[in-house]
Amino acid sequence: MLANWGYQDGSGSYFITIDTDKCNGCGKCVEPCPQRVFEVGEDPADPLREEPVAFVRESIRKKLRFSCSPCKKYLTAEGGSAASRTSPEVLAREMKNLPCVTACERGAITHSW
Amino acid sequence: MATNKEEKKELWRWLESRWTNPDIDWRKGKILTAGIDIGSVSTQCVVMVDGELYCYGNLRSGSSSGDSASRGANFALDGTGMTVKDWHYCIGTGYGRVNVPMAKRAITEIACHGRGANWMYGPQVRTILDMGGQDCKVIRIDEKGKLTNFAMNDKCAAGAGRGMEVFADFIGISINEVGDRSFDIDEEPKPVSSTCVIFAKSEAGGLLRDGWPVNKVLAAYCSAMAHRVLELMMRVGLEPEVGITGGIAKNRGVVDRLEKELGMKFSPKVWHNSEYQKRNIPFDTQIAGAVGAALFSKAAVEKGKG
Amino acid sequence: MISAGIDMGGKDVKVLLLKNGQILAREKASGGFDQTAVVNELLEMAIKNAGIKKEDIERIGVTGSGKKYAPSHEVEITEIGAAVKGASFLIPSARTVIDSGAEDSRGVKCEGGIVKDFATNDKCAAGAGAFTEAMARALEVSLEDFGKIALQSTKAQPINAQCAVFAESEVVSLINSKVAKEDIAKAVNDALAERVVAMVKRIGVEKDVVVIGGLAKNPGYIHGIKEGLKTDIIVPDYPEFVAALGAALAAREEK
Repeated sequence: MLANWGYQDGSGSYFITIDTDKCNGCGKCVEPCPQRVFEVGEDPADPLREEPVAFVRESIRKKLRFSCSPCKKYLTAEGGSAASRTSPEVLAREMKNLPCVTACERGAITHSW
Repeated sequence: MATNKEEKKELWRWLESRWTNPDIDWRKGKILTAGIDIGSVSTQCVVMVDGELYCYGNLRSGSSSGDSASRGANFALDGTGMTVKDWHYCIGTGYGRVNVPMAKRAITEIACHGRGANWMYGPQVRTILDMGGQDCKVIRIDEKGKLTNFAMNDKCAAGAGRGMEVFADFIGISINEVGDRSFDIDEEPKPVSSTCVIFAKSEAGGLLRDGWPVNKVLAAYCSAMAHRVLELMMRVGLEPEVGITGGIAKNRGVVDRLEKELGMKFSPKVWHNSEYQKRNIPFDTQIAGAVGAALFSKAAVEKGKG
Repeated sequence: MISAGIDMGGKDVKVLLLKNGQILAREKASGGFDQTAVVNELLEMAIKNAGIKKEDIERIGVTGSGKKYAPSHEVEITEIGAAVKGASFLIPSARTVIDSGAEDSRGVKCEGGIVKDFATNDKCAAGAGAFTEAMARALEVSLEDFGKIALQSTKAQPINAQCAVFAESEVVSLINSKVAKEDIAKAVNDALAERVVAMVKRIGVEKDVVVIGGLAKNPGYIHGIKEGLKTDIIVPDYPEFVAALGAALAAREEK
């Protein structure tokens, strides 16, 4: 199952997706995150799943844009000229280098921005 | 159209409803289960007897979840002779799920909506769009109602029923009329550009002053809301058939526009259970979460947890 | 040379007259329904207070989200440019400028008055002054008092909602639960400050940090910013006029 945690508002769309078929609840994503975005426990979206799973903790879910920004230095000046916006290639490359993404050995975590 | 001051105050109030199945004698049932869905705006209680829909109630939530749960239960059980103590198992869901005193367990609304919609609509529904008072969810399920993909947005009022309530209140139109009025226009306007309800209100004020008829302003807002929902749906992906649950289903101002953008129609609000369809049981899209919770309750009893 | 700077803000229109680096007059008023009419009125008032004649104004610079409603002018400058110009003029050592208005907030990294990088919170009322406005209404206090009473609070009372509309409902239920007004006010200011601080951290914080815009007059908000950034900040006098000052400076530069 693809669990998309996050939100969208007037300024944009901010989601972290956890592939729960890949996630085994190992918890290696928890420590590397400076904001402690992840938690491991009973699957909030699948009450019948017995294995623990990683998810975005409730109290930070609606602030994801702000909590994740320290790691997302590749997001340069928004709203400026096209030259100052992050190119899709840089975006794709940098998103893979985020601490949580690299910490997961199963590649279960992806960011949408 | 509201004329006196008292009516005007309740413009945001959609219609509350309840229903009891006349064909079931609950005293002859073996497994009595219930699901209570406490949203921040509305509360539903669904009671099942041996997995059959027995009764339900749909009313506005109060300021305390526990209180809403009790009122919801009493409203659903009104006139049935059944009391909360007769239930073998009850599960709470929704925003206030941890505060349901009569529930043995709390399960998130995402899981409950998936299960509930699958039961109400049938296995052909693979994508569910649910918009309630304070959130919007897009859920993909398999034929058994198990989740395969989901996204929920409960951060922003513009993408939820509350935004529509605030806007309708600002314009001075009863929320029940929004849908039909939004189509009583000369031509479809562009959506309001503000992606925030608060800014949209200022924008709407400007449009009204520019001479826009009220219905056209409503249309512009419904259109904007439809686009917002579309964005969320695209993230999760759409697999037909697509069913709608929640209060939004009652606003054709948004639903019809969504269908147009998507180039597809949402599943007809027809019970999968042909008996229910034959008996004209009201298909209330807002009860899907509570239905799912009642079904999970039944599963719990059958697993020996009752 | 006398130049005029006009800031057509989301809520208030600001007009400033500048002569050889001296500010002659400042006027502001709520934009209301007819921003153009308001601007013209403010210009007249400013001209009168400055003791000059309309013809004496050689060039007019305009900034703000309502630029298109401005009367005829020579120069247009973005809010970001205006914020940096104005702030750097007053505080030449400014390296980080935080401009918080009614409808949006900006965090700008600059050096010597030149913009180097920026981040914005816009299109969402929760990231700007509109947030505190809605809450002040719910608490039934004026915007001025709202900031002041926040400083009297000693308790942390988190606001979970990240949306101005939802937060308003949350505040109403907090009031009904008899939570003290000062604690609610502090929570609201802290919540807004948190979002603005997070926005500023996207560009990095370098001293001197200058905070301008209408929201800078709210002491509760300023307290939240200071705590969030964990550094000293400078709030110039008349912070809501700094962007208009920047526009006036830009006007006199263009040849």
